Amino acid sequence: MDGIHDMGGRQGFGKVRYQDGTRIYHHAWEIKANSLSGALVGAGLFNMDEYRHAIERMEPRHYINAGYYERVLTACASLCVEKGVATIEQLERMAGGAYPLARPSKPGREQRAARDFAIGERVTVRSEFVPGHHRMPGYIRGKTGVVIQKSPDFPFPDAAAHQMQEQWEPTYDVRFETTHLWPDASEKASVTVAVFRSYLQKAA
Amino acid sequence: MPSSTEVADIERRTDALEKIALERGLIKPAHLEAFTHKIEGEWTPATGAAIVARAWTDPAFKARLLANGIAASAEMGATMPVHHRHLVVLENTATVHNVICCTLCSCTAFSIIGMPPDWYKDLEYRSRVVRESRTVLGEMGLRLGEQMEVRVWDTTADTRYIVLPYRPPETAGWTAEDLKPLVTKESMIGVARLEKPASYEPRN
Repeated sequence: MDGIHDMGGRQGFGKVRYQDGTRIYHHAWEIKANSLSGALVGAGLFNMDEYRHAIERMEPRHYINAGYYERVLTACASLCVEKGVATIEQLERMAGGAYPLARPSKPGREQRAARDFAIGERVTVRSEFVPGHHRMPGYIRGKTGVVIQKSPDFPFPDAAAHQMQEQWEPTYDVRFETTHLWPDASEKASVTVAVFRSYLQKAA
Repeated sequence: MPSSTEVADIERRTDALEKIALERGLIKPAHLEAFTHKIEGEWTPATGAAIVARAWTDPAFKARLLANGIAASAEMGATMPVHHRHLVVLENTATVHNVICCTLCSCTAFSIIGMPPDWYKDLEYRSRVVRESRTVLGEMGLRLGEQMEVRVWDTTADTRYIVLPYRPPETAGWTAEDLKPLVTKESMIGVARLEKPASYEPRN
């Protein structure tokens, strides 16, 4: 989905709020929320792809204003409701107030039958608009780069996040130049992204 | 309770979800203690620092690390979660600087370098580091001269990355034990370098 979570290259944000040696957790509830996410994945209630997609499905204003751990909590609670483990009424009664959850998912999709690419080959990211979970950051859509290396097979997220039959395929670490991604509107660097084989085609 | 009422306190929302998950038998009461042990004891930058120090002092280990990150780090007792299916170690040199991000969420090799800090998961870093890497790194205290090639890596699939920092030349002859304390989480993400700044900062 072309969700609010797709942040790469988005403009308008200010300085990175960086303090050397920053703590990870500031409140006990954050550690608890993080522990819950791991425990629920471990219990097999949902997988990592469903979890990431649940975060992506948060209402955009909620996503933007929530801190990281509220996104973690919201994803877990949303999936518990969607999987029939809890109801929103239960959650709100126990919490003593409104409990905003993620918005509904659109359908997933299957992997594409695709050929492998070679190290050094130029590849172009398909110009596709996927309604469900998708691990292509928008800034590489339609862009061309060079294959640096290939990964082992991973679960195809566009299917895995939607309880579809398991499908595995490799990713290619594809190197793009910022001068190509954002011409005259970026600082010179390369950006290497792990791109699923289904997302790619041979460059023209 | 209708969702138009005020949003419940985040602590109560967290506790409500935990209570339901416990009641449904999905998680054990000891989940929090087990998780806390991991984040405080196992999943810390010390794990990565030991790997880096060995790579700096043991060329055969370094070669194995660059060829298969998971297998080599397992030699040092490091483990990775099931969904971290591949580990790619990015070698910094005197003229090449790698920096890692996750523009879509917060993916980190957390069992090697520790849990990601606030800034890594925040919208400023996620949006800006791919597009204005030198400015962002400069804001974080790392000013890189033009002779330094910057390579940004966006973690979008199940491969996790860590930076193998450039070994400071003045540490020639040091043992791995001496070297470990030099290696920071920031240097393994790529927002810091460890050698003297005069070696890499802009000349002006």
